[in-house]
Amino acid sequence: MFERPENTTIERSSVELTKQDFVSDQMVKWCPGCGAHAILSSVANVFPKIGYKKENFVMVSGIGCSSRFPYYVNTYGIHGIHGRAAAISSGVKIANPHLSVWVATGDGDSLAIGGNHFIHVIRRNIDLNIILFNNQIYGLTKGQYSPTTPMGMVTKTSPQGTIEHPFNIGELVMGAQGTFFARAVDTNPKLMTEIMFEAAKHDGTSLIEILQNCIIFADGAHQQVTAKDIKDDFQLVLKNGEPMIFGKNKDKGIRFFSNRLEVVQLGENGITENDLLIHDKYQQDPGVHLMLAKMAPPMFPVALGVIRSAMYPTYDDMVEEQIAYAKENNPVKTVDDLLNSGDTWVI
Amino acid sequence: MAKKSKPIVDLEDVVVKFVGDSGDGMQLVGTLFSETAALDGNDLATFPDFPAEIRAPHNTVAGVSGFQVHIGKKKILTTGDYCDVLVTMNPASLKSNLKWAKHGATLILDTDTFDPAAIEKAGYSSNPLEDRSLEKYHLVKAPITSLTREAGKDLGVDNKTAERSKNMFALGILYYLLNKPLDNTFRFFETKFKKKPDVIKLNKAVLQAGYNFADTVEAISSQYTIPKATMEKGKYRNIVGNTAVAWGFIAASERSGRPLFLGSYPITPATEILMELAKHKSLGVKVFQAEDEIAGICSAIGAAYTGSLAITTTSGPGLSLKSEAIGLAVMTELPMVIVDVQRGGPSTGLPTKSEQSDLLQALFGRNGECPVIIVAASSPANAFYMAFEAAKLALEHMTPTMLLSEGVIGFGSELFKIPKAADLPAIQPPIAKPNEPDYKPFRRDPETLVRKWALPGTEGLRHRVGGLEKENITGIVSTDPLNHQLMVNLRAEKVQKVQNFIPRQEIYGDPEGDLLVIGWGSTKGAIQYAVDEMRAAGKKVSHAHFHYIMPLPKNTPEVFAGFKKIIVCELNSGQFIYYLRMLFPQFKYSQYNKVQGLPFVVNELTAVFNQILEEE
Repeated sequence: MFERPENTTIERSSVELTKQDFVSDQMVKWCPGCGAHAILSSVANVFPKIGYKKENFVMVSGIGCSSRFPYYVNTYGIHGIHGRAAAISSGVKIANPHLSVWVATGDGDSLAIGGNHFIHVIRRNIDLNIILFNNQIYGLTKGQYSPTTPMGMVTKTSPQGTIEHPFNIGELVMGAQGTFFARAVDTNPKLMTEIMFEAAKHDGTSLIEILQNCIIFADGAHQQVTAKDIKDDFQLVLKNGEPMIFGKNKDKGIRFFSNRLEVVQLGENGITENDLLIHDKYQQDPGVHLMLAKMAPPMFPVALGVIRSAMYPTYDDMVEEQIAYAKENNPVKTVDDLLNSGDTWVI
Repeated sequence: MAKKSKPIVDLEDVVVKFVGDSGDGMQLVGTLFSETAALDGNDLATFPDFPAEIRAPHNTVAGVSGFQVHIGKKKILTTGDYCDVLVTMNPASLKSNLKWAKHGATLILDTDTFDPAAIEKAGYSSNPLEDRSLEKYHLVKAPITSLTREAGKDLGVDNKTAERSKNMFALGILYYLLNKPLDNTFRFFETKFKKKPDVIKLNKAVLQAGYNFADTVEAISSQYTIPKATMEKGKYRNIVGNTAVAWGFIAASERSGRPLFLGSYPITPATEILMELAKHKSLGVKVFQAEDEIAGICSAIGAAYTGSLAITTTSGPGLSLKSEAIGLAVMTELPMVIVDVQRGGPSTGLPTKSEQSDLLQALFGRNGECPVIIVAASSPANAFYMAFEAAKLALEHMTPTMLLSEGVIGFGSELFKIPKAADLPAIQPPIAKPNEPDYKPFRRDPETLVRKWALPGTEGLRHRVGGLEKENITGIVSTDPLNHQLMVNLRAEKVQKVQNFIPRQEIYGDPEGDLLVIGWGSTKGAIQYAVDEMRAAGKKVSHAHFHYIMPLPKNTPEVFAGFKKIIVCELNSGQFIYYLRMLFPQFKYSQYNKVQGLPFVVNELTAVFNQILEEE
C-alpha cells in the first residue's frame, strides 16, 4: 500500500524510522476531543512511512489552533504569522528543494487572512504538502465565523446567522489550477494517513482538506458526513481506477448523466457498476474533479480520498532548471566577473 | 570629425540636464552622455527625473521626463543643483525645467516643436522663443526635428522613423559643445542594433548631423572642455544605486558561502533591485517575485531558516506591509536584509520622488519592542558597500537588518572603483555543526548574544522557531514573566552589541569647531560641498555623516561634544534629530529640513549654516 515516493531530490533515511522519531516532547494543548489530535497522530504515523531522513522534514504553520502543529511534531519547524504559512513554506522549499515541506493551516488562516498566498502557492505548484484543518470556525479566537462556515450559521459574530457564501475548498484549489486535492474526515485516521502519503508522493502543491471537528465552537459541523449511523451513505471514498460506489450496503453509485453527476441505486432501472464513473485522479482536465469536490449532502455524499493528482512541472524544479541552464550558459561565474562585466576602464 | 575651429574653454565641472516628452528618449541620451564623459576621464553623477506615468499625455508638463548629469574634473559628489546646459525637446519641458537652469545657462532647443498648439499646451501665453523671456540665457535654437528628418531622407528613411532618433541630434550638439568624442556612442549603436544595420546607419548619421550643425552654427561661438579628473588608480565603471545594492548582496553571498534568495514585490523606486538580481541565476541567485509585499518577506524568512542570505526589497508603503513579518524575523532571530528605497510619503505619496521618509518607521514601526540593525547608504557606489555590510551584520549577528536607500540613490549613478571580491571582508555566519552536543536554539554566544543557525537537514539539530515568545536557551514556548523580560532585554542588547563591530563615526573636517553638520543618507554630497565652501571661507564647520543608524557608532557623543553648535539636516521633518534627542539629550540641536521630494542645494545649506553661526 505504502509504495515509497520516487522523489530523488530528498535524501532518504538510512535507518527504519518509527512514529516515536517524530513525537515531540511538548505538551499538546489542544482541547480534549479536538479533531486535531487525530491529524497529529496520522502525521506522526505517515512521516516514517515516507522514509525521508527525519531531519529533512520541515513543518510550517500560520496562526490558529491548527498552527500550533509544528511544536507538537519533532521536525524542523516554523510557527509563522497569521495567514502566511504558504509564503514562508514557499521560501523554505525554493531555497532548499532537498526538504520535505509540510504546512499545517486552517480555514481562517488560509482562506481569509491568507487567501492571497493560498491561491498563489497553488497556482505556482511549489512542491509543498498543505494540510488544511477545516472546522468551519475560528477556534483560537473563540468562535467567530470563517470563510467555510455554512451560510446562516449562528456564531459569536453572526448572532442572526452568517450572510456570507462559504468557500468550497476543492473548488478554490481547482480554480487556482491546483494539481493535487484530497479530502478526509478526522474520524478516519487510516484514510488521513493514506492521503498524506499520496500527497508526499505528488510533485507539486498537495492540498489535503481534513473535515475537522471543533468540539467547543462548532461541534458537529460535519455531522451530516461523519455521524456513525449515516456516514456510509454520505461518504464516497474514491479509489483510482475503480467505480464510484458508496452506501452502507455498497449499493449506491455516482454516474455522469445529462451533463452532471447523479446518485444512482445499483440494481434499480437496470443500473449496474458499468454505468458508474470510474475515478481517474490523474486526469489533467479538472472538470470531473471539480464536480466531485463540490458534491455535498443532502443530495450527494462527500467525496473523500485523493480527488485530483495531475502531473505538472513544479515551480521549484523549474527554478533549479533555470539556474542550471544559466550556470552552463552565462559567462558570469563569479562576483569578479559580474563587477567587471559591461563598460569598464582603467585609470 | 568636424574641424575644431572654435576656441576651447576649460571648465571644472558642468551640469547637463536633458528634458523632453516621456517618449523622447531622454534617459537614453543621458546615459550615453554619461558613458562618454566617464570614458573620457571625467568623474560624474547622474539622476533620472521622470513622471510616475509611463507615457503621460504628449507635450504636457506632466509628461516631461528628464536626466541630469554632473561631470567634472573635480570630485563629483552630487548630481548638481542647477544646470549649465539644458537640452529641451519641447515647450513643456522648457516650461517645467527652466527654473533648474543657471542664469546664463546654455539652452539647446528644438525650434520645430514650438508650434502654437504645443506652446499653449505647455501653459505659455506667448512663444518664449520670441517674447524675450529667455534673454538671460544663451540660446542654441536648432530645428532638431526637421534636420533629423533631412538626415534620414539622405538614407531613404521616412520622417516618422527618422524622428525617433532626434534625441541623437541633440546629443550630437552637446558632444560638440563639450568637446566629447562620438566613437563610444557609435559603438553603442553597433552593439545595440547589431541586427538592424539601417538603424545603426540612421543613428550615426543623426548624431553626426547634430555635431556638424553645432560646428557650423554661429550661436555656438566656443567649445568647452572638462579635463580628466584626478582619480585614484584602478578599474572603474559607472553604477546605478539599485544595481549596486543587488551586486553588494551577490558579493556578500559569495563571501559568506550562503546562497542568495530574494523574495520581493515590484514597487517604485526599488523594483530595479529585483530585476537586477533576476538576471544573475548563473551566480545561483534565487529570485521569487511574490504575490504581495508580505509574501515577499515571508518567503525570505522561510529561506533564511534554511540557511540562505535572505533579502526582501521594498519602498515605504511596502515596508508598512512587512512590519508584522519583520517582527517574526526579530522573534525567530533569523538573519535577513530588508531594503527600503525610500520615496515621498505617507501612503502612495510621491512614488518617483526621493525623501528620507522612513527612518522612524524603520526604527519603531512594529508591534512590541522589536529592534533591528539599521544602516543607510549615502550614494550609488556606497550602496554596494552598505548592502554588503547589511548582509554581513545580519548573518553574523542573526538579526534582521534594514538597509535604507532613497529614490535618488536607487536611480542615480556615479563612478565606482571596482573592488576585488577577495578584498571584501569574509562573512562568517554562526552555523551549528551536525549533532552539536547540547545544541539549543536560543543558546547564545556570551560576547555577542548571537544564537546559532541550525539548518534544516542537519542531523541532531531539529528545533522549532516561531512568533510566540520562547524560553531563553531551550526555545520552548514560554509566557513566563521574567523570561519575557529577559528575552526583550537580550534582543535589544544583541543589537546594541553590534556597536563593537562597526567603524567609529568619522568626521569630515576638524574634530572640534563652531558647527557640526549631521546628515545621513543621500544628502552626503550636498552637505559636503556646503561644508567645503564654509571651510574655504574660514568657518570652523565639520560634517558627520551617519551610515550606521541602529546602533549608532560608539563614539557618537564624543563626536558631538567637540562642537559649539550642532545642526541636523534631513529631507524629512526631523526624524534623525528626534532619535538623537532621545538618545543624547545632553546636546542642543538645530535642524534644517526639506520635504519637497527634492535634494538639498548647496546654497540653501550654506545660507542656513551661516545663519546658525551668527545666532547667539
